[in-house]
Amino acid sequence: MNPVNYLYLSALLFTIGAAGVLIRRNAIVVFMCIELMLNASNLAFVTFSRLHGNLDGQIIAFFTMVVAAAEVVVGLAIIVTIFRSRHSASVDDASLMKL
Amino acid sequence: MENLIGLLVLAPLVGAGVLLTGGRRLDRTGHWIGCAFAATSFVIGAVLFADMLSRSGDDRTLTSNLYTWVPVGGFQADVAFQLDQLSMTFVLLISGVGTLIHIYSIGYMEHDERRRRFFGYLNLFLAAMLLLVLANNYLLLYVGWEGVGLASYLLIGFWQHKPSAATAAKKAFIVNRVGDVGLSIAIMLMFTTFGTFSFQPVFEAVGKAHEGILTGIGLMLLLAACGKSAQVPLQSWLGDAMEGPTPVSALIHAATMVTAGVYLITRSGAIFNAAPDAQLAVVTVGAVTLLFGAIVGCAKDDIKKALAGSTMSQIGYMILAAGLGPIGYVFAIMHLVTHGFFKAGLFLGAGSVMHGMNDEVDMRKYGGLRKYMPVTFVTFGLGYLAIIGFPGLSGFFSKDKIIEAAFAKGGTEGWILGGVAMLGAAITAFYMTRVMLMTFFGEKRWEPDAEGHDPHPHESPRSMTIPMVILAFGSVFAGGLFSLNESFLKWLEPVTGHEEGHSPLSAGAVTAGTMVVLVIGVALAWLMYGRRPVPAVAPRGSLLTRAARRDLYQDDFNHVVLVRGGEHLTRSLVYVDVKGVDGVVNGTAAAVGGLSGRMRRLQNGYVRSYAVSMLGGTAVLVAAVLLMRGVA
Repeated sequence: MNPVNYLYLSALLFTIGAAGVLIRRNAIVVFMCIELMLNASNLAFVTFSRLHGNLDGQIIAFFTMVVAAAEVVVGLAIIVTIFRSRHSASVDDASLMKL
Repeated sequence: MENLIGLLVLAPLVGAGVLLTGGRRLDRTGHWIGCAFAATSFVIGAVLFADMLSRSGDDRTLTSNLYTWVPVGGFQADVAFQLDQLSMTFVLLISGVGTLIHIYSIGYMEHDERRRRFFGYLNLFLAAMLLLVLANNYLLLYVGWEGVGLASYLLIGFWQHKPSAATAAKKAFIVNRVGDVGLSIAIMLMFTTFGTFSFQPVFEAVGKAHEGILTGIGLMLLLAACGKSAQVPLQSWLGDAMEGPTPVSALIHAATMVTAGVYLITRSGAIFNAAPDAQLAVVTVGAVTLLFGAIVGCAKDDIKKALAGSTMSQIGYMILAAGLGPIGYVFAIMHLVTHGFFKAGLFLGAGSVMHGMNDEVDMRKYGGLRKYMPVTFVTFGLGYLAIIGFPGLSGFFSKDKIIEAAFAKGGTEGWILGGVAMLGAAITAFYMTRVMLMTFFGEKRWEPDAEGHDPHPHESPRSMTIPMVILAFGSVFAGGLFSLNESFLKWLEPVTGHEEGHSPLSAGAVTAGTMVVLVIGVALAWLMYGRRPVPAVAPRGSLLTRAARRDLYQDDFNHVVLVRGGEHLTRSLVYVDVKGVDGVVNGTAAAVGGLSGRMRRLQNGYVRSYAVSMLGGTAVLVAAVLLMRGVA
């Protein structure tokens, strides 16, 4: 199969993720969309690795996963705390950080 | 012997320290402590004087280097004293007359609950003045100079509960500051020119310096002298300084403070001798002031202010003489010493009169006091005869010499200066006779005061009359003693130098002329104030009288020219500052503020809008990278 198709898939997934981050209000959904974008980039990395015939892209993909795992821990903790205090997971409600 | 010189200054300084920090427990003995320390200084001075006399003329200078005060690279300031004949003369005058005034103050300040503090300040005054005349360099002299300014401020404003006294003290201090600036500039000029400010090296290096610089130094020194010695144009503080207790006036006018300017010019003779333009300025200031003070003295009804005008005028004589150069230095100092005696005596006499008259100072409310205060009358009278230059008394010898020296200046200048000095002598005779007649002769004019107390004039206590008697002896005999065999001239000549002038008039002619104007002055005063009764309320008077009553509009002049001018200057500077400097700063701040106010709107707190900007930014960056790559 033509490896370029994987890149198309990756771009499609990234776009879906980005659109979700921009459009959805629910923090959990936004969060999942971010994961989608990360994994889209992972897919692109692995594909390029395959295309170029070296392992650099695969290693970067592992790094991304590790970072994503760490980010999930912190992010979920924040979301849970916000939900506890506001009884809502809408990212638009948490808009106090402004002048 | 050298070690004693430091003690001269230290004794009154310790006295001041003890009295000012001793607290209430010294209230009962404080005045004796003050007198003791002043007298100690005088005794040490007398010992040193005897020692000095035992040595020959050229070998009389003693120096004493206590320690190096500021050692910084090429700059070295020592605390070092130099006692030569000139300093010795001042030391004896300051500590001698000072001690007498201390003793007098015991009686005069008897009812003042802050008497201890008063004596502390008096001691401080003596210490500062002694430091001034004993220093061997200009920087240490400056310390004494400032000390004198401080002490005079404290003493003039001693009755600070009176707003007028507080104001007078501030006025004296501020006007003196103007002069002090002159002295500090002169010292800086000396240091940059000669690399030192010790007397001896500076005077030796004068020959090598450019005349313009020497003129500058001379003019700055003159400015300093004008401030301390109350010469035109910095004369305005002296009259107001009468707000202080009378012993303070006596101290300021006779022994300390106003003599400092004459000392400075005489001491810096080497500089002035090499700068004829500066000397011309000095004689001009002296001549103008001697008339100025004399005219003011004629119109004042306040006995102390009349005497203050007289001091200004007499110091004018000294400055005039000092400005004449080597033909005048000795006579300036000689007049200074004799003036110290009779002016101290006159002020103490005036204080004694006030003491007996419930602190009344208006001479129109005196009259006929000679019967009530015989000792004061006689001592004051002798001081009066001395100051007008009655033949045989102190003032006659010293003032006559100055008038002679003024004529000896030569040329038109000599005639003008001599004429002014002689006119001054006539006016002196007039206003002093006026004071004498209004106070001690005529009908009694005093009235009950506001509370209905009738003043009962009485003679002052012993502690006050004895100093007056001693000073009266000085007023009578000092001049004759100094002129006997020209002893004062020989004494001071090694320090100041002396040369005979070539007077177009013979000494006899000058003396005869002085006698004629003296008689005219006295006669005129008698016609106006002796022959007919003195009105209790001052008549309107002529234009000149009214001007003189207001000190020839000195305060109005200062107000219009300096105060108003200064106000306009500061206002325009403030305007430039507010509109210009602040405008730029505030404008920048406002521009940045406005811009950030607009930019702030971007921070709306919505996570998603931040995400949009991040995405947009990334897209722009990627596009830019791709574009650049395409271009390359």
